[in-house]
Amino acid sequence: MSEHKIKVLIWDLDNTLWDGVLLEDKSVSLKPGVKDVIKELDRRGILQSIASKNAHDDAMAKLKEFSLDEYFLYPQINWNSKSESVDTITKSINVGIDTIAFIDDQPFEREEVAFVHKDVLCLEDSEALSLLERPEFMPRFVTADSKNRRLMYMNDIERNKQEESFSGPADKFLATLDLKMTLSPASEEDLKRAEELTQRTHQLNTTGYTYNYDELREFVESDDHDLLIASLSDKYGTYGKIGLCLVERGQKFWTLKLLLMSCRVMSRGVGTVMINHLISEANKAGVTLRAEFVQTDRNRMMFITYRLGNFEIIDQDGDKYMLENNCQNVAETPAYVSLNVVRNERVDLVEAV
Amino acid sequence: MEETKIQIKDFFSRFFDVDNLADDIDIFANGYVNSLFAMQLISWIEKEFSVAVEDDDLQLTNFNSVNAITGFIERKSSIVA
Repeated sequence: MSEHKIKVLIWDLDNTLWDGVLLEDKSVSLKPGVKDVIKELDRRGILQSIASKNAHDDAMAKLKEFSLDEYFLYPQINWNSKSESVDTITKSINVGIDTIAFIDDQPFEREEVAFVHKDVLCLEDSEALSLLERPEFMPRFVTADSKNRRLMYMNDIERNKQEESFSGPADKFLATLDLKMTLSPASEEDLKRAEELTQRTHQLNTTGYTYNYDELREFVESDDHDLLIASLSDKYGTYGKIGLCLVERGQKFWTLKLLLMSCRVMSRGVGTVMINHLISEANKAGVTLRAEFVQTDRNRMMFITYRLGNFEIIDQDGDKYMLENNCQNVAETPAYVSLNVVRNERVDLVEAV
Repeated sequence: MEETKIQIKDFFSRFFDVDNLADDIDIFANGYVNSLFAMQLISWIEKEFSVAVEDDDLQLTNFNSVNAITGFIERKSSIVA
């Protein structure tokens, strides 16, 4: 928790992003340097949005004029309180409130947001240019996924629109997406993204263990461990590398040390696909599949996923659980997703002898 | 009891086709469900029927068919009453 990373920065407009008040002066000008900050944050994979009390269409037109409109997800330009706007953005992007920063020139607005959302980092407009140097805005790595993050969220918005206008059961909608999931052993290049996933993912994380690059690399080199990374795509484009699991392979049982999925794919049901795949592999290997689980205030969904996925509790110590699936029953992969499994090409020495 | 079953199927229909769904079909074994559905199912049961689903209740046998869920809700409701 010491190094709290910001995932979303929410900008005020008048006298924060630009000099002047748009309602009074149609020819406001951007504050010097702000555009570079926005672009750099975007490159780092930090998402940005807007909470501004303004006329929506005028403000969007102005942003377009500055060629900045595309940088903001779910901009809230209306007359609601800023705390409400922050809430709407947080829920729409589906991130934790403690990963949000809000920048506004008016003390009243900052206090109003801080009063309702005590975990939001509230910043003054004068701090805009120094944001890039702050540790909260410095991800350890910039991966291909971080650079494309905003675009992937934009694809999500398009998908969600389609989904909202679709009448019928959810699986019928999913079937229209042409979902393809690939599970492969993590390669050297995947490790940065893997580290990023362990640090960014809380809701859909079974243990909350975070691993750094070097630790993950040891697992990749270890003969007893499999580090699998999942990527997902559909007809709108790629979701990127969205899931990770770490399996320790023992003689009698395998242990899932970590299973996590990006919240962006929560509604795609692919976590289950990953678990089913492991159950099927364990079944073939003649072992059972155990799973470590550490309860947090956010990850009940993963507990439910395991428990209703036929994992029994075999040990519990406080908030730490050991679960086990006997791997006798392998559920089918849902029809709406096709799964491609890439095998490790490591030579099996035991068989070679 | 019949009413509960209708409510459950109505809820299911938001996620998958229930036209030919028998009350005793194991929805978890048949690839109907995913983790999001599981979570929403539990939340829905808690809200709709005002019952608390405890960690110990999270057994597949309580939730894997229309009959199982109906039975679970009845057991839970009767404890409260």
